[in-house]
Amino acid sequence: MANLHVNIGNLSLKNPVMTASGTFGYGIEFADFINLEDLGGFIVKGTTLNPREGNDYPRMAETPAGMLNCVGLQNKGVDYFCENIYPELKDLDTNVIVNVSGSTPEDYAECAARIDALERISAIELNISCPNVKNGGMAFGVTPEGAATVVKAVRQAYNKTLIVKLSPNVTSIADIAKAVEAEGADSVSLINTLMGTAIDIERRCTKLSIGTGGLSGPCVKPVALRMVMQVAKAVNIPIVGLGGIMNATDAIEFLMAGATAIEIGTANFIDPAITVKVVNGINEWMDNHGVKDIHEIIGCVK
Amino acid sequence: MKKYALDLCVVEKEFPRDGYVLLKLNNPQGALPEMLAGQFVELLIAGSSETFLRRPISINYVDKEKGLLWLLIHVVGNGTKYMSELNVGDTINCVLPLGNGFSMPEGEGKKVLLVGGGVGTAPLLYYGKCLKEAGHTPSFLLGGRSAGDLMQLDLFEAIGNVYTTTEDATLGEKGFVTNHSILNKEQFDLIATCGPKPMMKAVAAWARTANCECEVSLENMMACGVGACLCCVEKDGEGHNVCVCKEGPVFNSKKLNW
Repeated sequence: MANLHVNIGNLSLKNPVMTASGTFGYGIEFADFINLEDLGGFIVKGTTLNPREGNDYPRMAETPAGMLNCVGLQNKGVDYFCENIYPELKDLDTNVIVNVSGSTPEDYAECAARIDALERISAIELNISCPNVKNGGMAFGVTPEGAATVVKAVRQAYNKTLIVKLSPNVTSIADIAKAVEAEGADSVSLINTLMGTAIDIERRCTKLSIGTGGLSGPCVKPVALRMVMQVAKAVNIPIVGLGGIMNATDAIEFLMAGATAIEIGTANFIDPAITVKVVNGINEWMDNHGVKDIHEIIGCVK
Repeated sequence: MKKYALDLCVVEKEFPRDGYVLLKLNNPQGALPEMLAGQFVELLIAGSSETFLRRPISINYVDKEKGLLWLLIHVVGNGTKYMSELNVGDTINCVLPLGNGFSMPEGEGKKVLLVGGGVGTAPLLYYGKCLKEAGHTPSFLLGGRSAGDLMQLDLFEAIGNVYTTTEDATLGEKGFVTNHSILNKEQFDLIATCGPKPMMKAVAAWARTANCECEVSLENMMACGVGACLCCVEKDGEGHNVCVCKEGPVFNSKKLNW
């Protein structure tokens, strides 16, 4: 049995496998298929200060080797999470991380502060990269200045591990990563979805209610992997890699590209037990290749 | 109810009419899990990047004696084409059972009308069977464009009275299900409907005027099937987005303000 333990800031992960926000609900939805405690951690649905209805249906379109979504951060707000969801998750022996989103730096900071009060939530992932909401979301994440503004506000309000999720819809993701590192982020996760669209040629309209959506699935993996390699060269904080991971081989590619941990997203829809299969697959690969500690392969491809 | 991801095996395969396939599946690993009428399964379409996501299919029937799950599939795209090309002995990965089923009335002897259109008749077969077993009296009102559209009629007739409508008058009364004379002749304790949305909305509107509870089964496009991705939402009566996969697919029509 190889050592799969990694750290992200003060966060201690028994293995590098986590789940991507918005693809794993509150974890509970997958408890019939896997033991949630077998994961390094899981990241729950994007949470905002106030409840959000999200965008109208249709919110999803299948694409070759992937899907587009424009859910638009539907959630019942941070207080609902604290009162109704947290009690169900707090005794799990794994890391539960809350993905936090907002429309203004103050919103982000207030939402983060309320989650800071939850003892068993050891980290937040700051979403400055959602392509599906009009105000904020990705708007902050597309410039180094905007990203820095939000991270600065949240850093003052939040004391535990702060992971910042980056958008790939930018000219230089490395510059954004450097800007959030400078403001005290403990880690960056990348990539969020790539903005795209699909057209219904019979009805002559887009297949998504707001016209565009975020592309995810194995079709985005090469882009995500390239961005992880770029960011790994640009910053010193640990990277959480995600984007189209479907199996252990994909996960190991991200680790070799410089990610200390990984998130599995869209693959949860295809196989609800995929996360644990990836943990086992990484372990098996390490055993077969005489790799005793996962740090031997993290960032080994320059 | 606990959900499973199982490799089920095709034991029988029928073509009830052009463009439709009926798969009867068993679980080579053991018994099938308990399933409720109105629930659905998500099928994995292996081997093609064009059919990346699972496909939701309603439960047509559960043959408990033989341990068979029936899925009646309308072949409309590459995913359903893949299902139609499975051979006896092939396996397909199914996540099941998903969503909430039709409700089972309390007591005995309740009169329930099950209204189906097109392939929407599929889940009503098992629901009718379960109602009858529980001591209720299910009747079926099934509509199609033409006589050939109506499948499994012999099976429905073995469970309860069957009334039919066709738009071309080749079977039953001419017109739509909501024009059928039975609606004015008899009182029902509950109505359940599955089929095209305009039909279900018309049935729900009729039920409202008849002061009868009505349950509708939706089939919005979905990805995860377990309430995680929030893609398959429908607006409820208060304007909130609710997941069809988790809160439905069966809803009381009042919940949706239909």
